[in-house]
Amino acid sequence: MIKRVVDFFGDEEYARQRRRLFYLALVLIVVADILVFREHAEYLWERLPGWSAVYGFVSCVLLIFVSKFLGHRVGLMRREDYYD
Amino acid sequence: MTDFIHPALLFIFGALPIPFLKGSIRKAYLLLIPALAILAVVTMQPGSYGEGRFIGQDILIANVDKLSIVFATVFTIMALIGTIYALHLPRPGQHVAAFVYVGSALGVVFAGDYLTLYLFWEGMAFASAYLVFAQGGRQAIASGFRYLMVHISGGVVLLGGIILNGLSTGSLLFGPMAGAMGAGAYLILAGFMLNAAVPPLNAWLTDAYPEATVTGAVFMSAFTTKTAVYVLARAFPGTELLVWLGTAMALYGVVYAVLENDCRRLLAYHIVSQVGYMVAGVGIGTEMAVNGATSHAFAHILYKALLFMGAGAVIYVTGRRKLTELGGLYKTMPLTVALYMVGAFAISAFPFFSGFVTKSMVVAAAGLDHRALVVLALTMASSGTFLHTGLKLPYYMFFGTDRKLEAREPPRNMLVAMGIAAVLCMAIGVFPQPLYALLPYTVDFEPYTGVHVSESLGVLMFTALGFVIFLRALDPENTISLDTDWFYRKGARYFMWIAERPLARYEKAMSEVSETAALPFMYGSARAGLRLDLNGVDAVVNGVARSALRGGGALRRLQTGVVTHYALAMIAGVIAATVIFAVVWR
Repeated sequence: MIKRVVDFFGDEEYARQRRRLFYLALVLIVVADILVFREHAEYLWERLPGWSAVYGFVSCVLLIFVSKFLGHRVGLMRREDYYD
Repeated sequence: MTDFIHPALLFIFGALPIPFLKGSIRKAYLLLIPALAILAVVTMQPGSYGEGRFIGQDILIANVDKLSIVFATVFTIMALIGTIYALHLPRPGQHVAAFVYVGSALGVVFAGDYLTLYLFWEGMAFASAYLVFAQGGRQAIASGFRYLMVHISGGVVLLGGIILNGLSTGSLLFGPMAGAMGAGAYLILAGFMLNAAVPPLNAWLTDAYPEATVTGAVFMSAFTTKTAVYVLARAFPGTELLVWLGTAMALYGVVYAVLENDCRRLLAYHIVSQVGYMVAGVGIGTEMAVNGATSHAFAHILYKALLFMGAGAVIYVTGRRKLTELGGLYKTMPLTVALYMVGAFAISAFPFFSGFVTKSMVVAAAGLDHRALVVLALTMASSGTFLHTGLKLPYYMFFGTDRKLEAREPPRNMLVAMGIAAVLCMAIGVFPQPLYALLPYTVDFEPYTGVHVSESLGVLMFTALGFVIFLRALDPENTISLDTDWFYRKGARYFMWIAERPLARYEKAMSEVSETAALPFMYGSARAGLRLDLNGVDAVVNGVARSALRGGGALRRLQTGVVTHYALAMIAGVIAATVIFAVVWR
């Protein structure tokens, strides 16, 4: 059972199904976020449906590219024998 | 004392017989001690135990309250899991070190005064360093020494703080810092922050943990930083500095994790990130925030150990640790993949996993405290956590490019340990109430609201979308990343360079000057002095002595002992006196 689940995420033959399931999940989450009941919102953004989706995506992209910028341009990444 | 048996003593004295036991008796014994410790913690009653006086100070060996019990509970559970994971080890050394390490951590948790705390604090440093040295090899030993040096320096800072603080407050009892923060309090804070791996004092963690043994790293990931969170929560709740350092830390770890290629170093950077939530929670200092920090520490110990156990299993089986050399293991290690993913979902705070019911409490506490920036930063760090431990690491380690590595599932005891941790991660996520009941304050927080679930899933799944789109940008690279350990790794080298080059040259020049100019002059003047001494001073002294001797001899001849001679001399004397009188007086 566990093996089949893990294979589903690894094997190439399920790639199409995986992608469909993934996009379906994304759509469902955005729809759910629009439908949920918002009782009290502390901040402006909490009132915007779908905010978390946008923020999650932007965070991810920012983290990847800011980090790589720091690594490559600012010089945090070094050859493995740097300290030898 | 029947209602309190100190679990630290169980572990520290319990470690003594381990080297003398063999085979299945040793295994049974190794499991018995943590089991007894769990029992001791579950049955203990709040109160003060082991009060006394030492060097004129009040000492309190164990102060048992809700905060210490919740940490002791998870520490003893973790000790049992870690021991099961390490049960296959043929040699006893690491078991002994791990037990002393756990015992010391428990000693810190119950310490009611700073002296007891300090002793156990140093015990933790030494016992845990062994787990790095035990790995062997040049890299591990160098890193182990750095680890030890950093922790000893931190310990000295802490001791200085304890003494200064003791002098100014007149007491060594360990509790919330009262009044204005003095120099002593800041030194104590610095010592605690070093163990909590607060940047810039964080690099020891990411330097040493990946070099430790497979089983040792599991213990290390659980204890040092979390005892630091505990002591911060006890002594410094509501310290504003900690809010900002904690928030910065949460992002700091995530940024470095993008660059990392070593699987356990990536996980170590996520300790920095996750401890950031706890440090921020302690800094906010409201009841809800301290509850959040405490419960997050509880959940973190279990899921982080699970992640380290998963990565450790891969290293154990394949002997490789770099993401650039791993891939395609899901076919041969499906159980490990599944168990690792439970840890990954827990750390990423997916609904129905432990992180969801603990991390969100810290974020919610920041929201209630009107700290919008902190909320946004911590939410961004959550996205990064899933990006790395939930997506990047498993993708490149288990899926991705198939490197055709020979692999199999790890030994059964490893799988059992991972299984227990995984069950706990899910149990806490589904039924958070027992954990909430353990927390120091009454919990007024409901994690499972519609908005909270949909928002969390939104952040996480759209992070996954970003990962899928920019997958190639995340490909691990064969590099290492510079962190603040640069200052003492390269700094020490520059120091040695200065010692070897300019300083040594100066020293050489000085000795040349002394050899060519100063020394001959000194020899010459010494010789002249000698001559003067022999021919001048000695001659005068000898001459005077000789004259005295001769004078004495002559005088001796005058004393003949014949009465007539004396009578004659007296008459001559009287005549001479009369003549002198007659001549001079007139």
